[in-house]
Amino acid sequence: MSHEIMTAPGDTISARPANMWRDAGRDILAQRSAQVGLVILSALFAIALAAPIIAVHEPNDPVGIAEGLTAQQRGPCIRLLGCPEERPEHIFGVDRNGRDVFSRVVHGARVSLWIGFATVGFAIFVGTLLGSVAGFAGGWIDNLIMRLMDVLLAFPALVLAIAIVTVLEPGLVNAGLAIGVVAIPIYARVMRASVLSIKERDFVTASRALGESPSGILLRRIVPNALTPLIVQGTLGIASAILDIAALSFLGLGAQPPLAEWGSMIGLDRNQLFTDPHLILIPGVALSLSVLGFNLLGDGLRDALDPRLNR
Amino acid sequence: MAAPFRVSASRSSGYTPAMLRFITRRVLLTIPVLIGIVFVVFAVARILPGDPCKAALGERATEARCALFRERFGLDEPIPVQFGIYLSDLSRGDLGTSISQGVPVSDMLVQRLPLTLELTFFALALAASLGILLGVAAAARRNSAVDVATMVGANLGISTPVFVLGLLLIFIFAVVLRDTPFVLPPGGRLTAGVTIIPLTESWGLTELEGPLRIVVDFFSNMYLLNSLITGQWEVLGDALRHLILPAVALATIPLSIIARITRSSLLDVLGQDYIRTARAKGLSEQRVVLRHGLRNAILPVVTVIGLSLGSLLAGAVLTESIFGLTGLGRTITDAVLARDYAVVQGLTLVTAVIYVLVNLIVDISYGYLDPRIRLQ
Repeated sequence: MSHEIMTAPGDTISARPANMWRDAGRDILAQRSAQVGLVILSALFAIALAAPIIAVHEPNDPVGIAEGLTAQQRGPCIRLLGCPEERPEHIFGVDRNGRDVFSRVVHGARVSLWIGFATVGFAIFVGTLLGSVAGFAGGWIDNLIMRLMDVLLAFPALVLAIAIVTVLEPGLVNAGLAIGVVAIPIYARVMRASVLSIKERDFVTASRALGESPSGILLRRIVPNALTPLIVQGTLGIASAILDIAALSFLGLGAQPPLAEWGSMIGLDRNQLFTDPHLILIPGVALSLSVLGFNLLGDGLRDALDPRLNR
Repeated sequence: MAAPFRVSASRSSGYTPAMLRFITRRVLLTIPVLIGIVFVVFAVARILPGDPCKAALGERATEARCALFRERFGLDEPIPVQFGIYLSDLSRGDLGTSISQGVPVSDMLVQRLPLTLELTFFALALAASLGILLGVAAAARRNSAVDVATMVGANLGISTPVFVLGLLLIFIFAVVLRDTPFVLPPGGRLTAGVTIIPLTESWGLTELEGPLRIVVDFFSNMYLLNSLITGQWEVLGDALRHLILPAVALATIPLSIIARITRSSLLDVLGQDYIRTARAKGLSEQRVVLRHGLRNAILPVVTVIGLSLGSLLAGAVLTESIFGLTGLGRTITDAVLARDYAVVQGLTLVTAVIYVLVNLIVDISYGYLDPRIRLQ
């Protein structure tokens, strides 16, 4: 008898997630914004992965100087659009230092994706931990953690990140860390809300009655059920992390030269706007497209996974 | 019987006591947050690695000079003592002295905050008015060309960084359109040769001293306000022309978010039964959407407008840097690069306090907009 009871819910649990994820996948793919977002991000990931193959030059190689290009010849030169045979082809042109912009933009995709994921991963890890502890423990621990989160949320994110970068010294990793710290309260709040709504449910009470440890309940029962809002928030969070890190790099507080990072490329060549606008526009478009991709996918995920928004 | 009677009694005596209780509670809840902000700002600034003396006086500064420097700015005291001194200074309105420039941070604030406030509120007004207008138009004509264009535009707007958009606007309006009437200045506050007369001169208050002088100087540095109230029309037009591009660049992200929230909130409301009733009564579509729909859909929009101030204050750092405007944001960036403890600390604190206070006002406005909130 007890054997049947133990196995029956097990069967149900093992059958459910497969259907749930399949249904969720179908719902996500039915969203137009998610479709567009996925196309953009697939292209971005492919470019980032294949950067060493796609990039025709090393990102920091001053090829334009070796080729003897003059200041007037820095603009994009594409054979199909009439670039003369005697001039070397650079589809996105070269920068002031003679570096191929296409190669730098392609390598920039790697940098932005890596730092975007790392930043949000860090914020989700710490935020989830703090939110779980706050929601699970309750009382003064909950109060202390959440009031600290309130204080962090009371700052305009970029301004606090700038202050933190000052502490850590300018640099890409430190900029990512600063943006990550500023984003922690968002995930802590999401996680705490999920924990509070789930911890009194019957299946959690049942696990407790069966003698499962608090950490086991948290990791096996609560966290998997709180994943949906975290995935949605995390996807949108990558967009803002890429944007904010690019902003810090633009100000000279994030990625440092000669690293090919889109924000830093725009910041360093901003004074060339009047003579070589391609140095601003091309990394700018790459940056906007990546952020757009994550925003659209995040919107699609939210619409598909949050039943309250289904209309 | 008792509960409904209590509610109706409080209503019959007017909603002032409920509103007062609501405002008092909100103000009291803000105090611990403000204390937390002071603590975080102090903690962040004082655990800075590196030597502020070498940063301010140069790498070749002798140990003797550095000792004098640390003593002068209280950097040789233990951290708890420094915090005590900091709190005591703050209570007297003293935000410290810039290590790199040697001027009080409060003086820098009087000179530079007005520009940031003017830029931020101009951008906020632009974002709120256009955002609500576009959101309403999109919701009222769901799935039409207006709706699709607004939502595509909003998605692009949210995804375009302020600094890319700012540079793009400079390129279009200062380079591409330079020989047309649509040309706009690429930076600065006023054209060379155009000068603004300070309020102290306009009002014959050149002898004014003390806190009143600071207040008058503060408003004097708000060029739009100053030129408007003193009738300096040429300066007003010039200052406005200089503010358009930065404000548009700064407003685009909040504008896009406001348009999206207005649309989705209004669509929610337009699906309610009472809207069907309003339509069945024969009310015009305009009246249904604006009076019955928007009025009930505005609360989440107000929340977003309040929260937008955060992105506007942060965006101002970038906008000021692009358009060569010496406001609060640019001063913070310069201070970070110069490792100027006092300036980073003071200006981050002021920015956070402005943000918290504006959100307090937004919270209080909920009580006016939705009576259910103040009765909770």
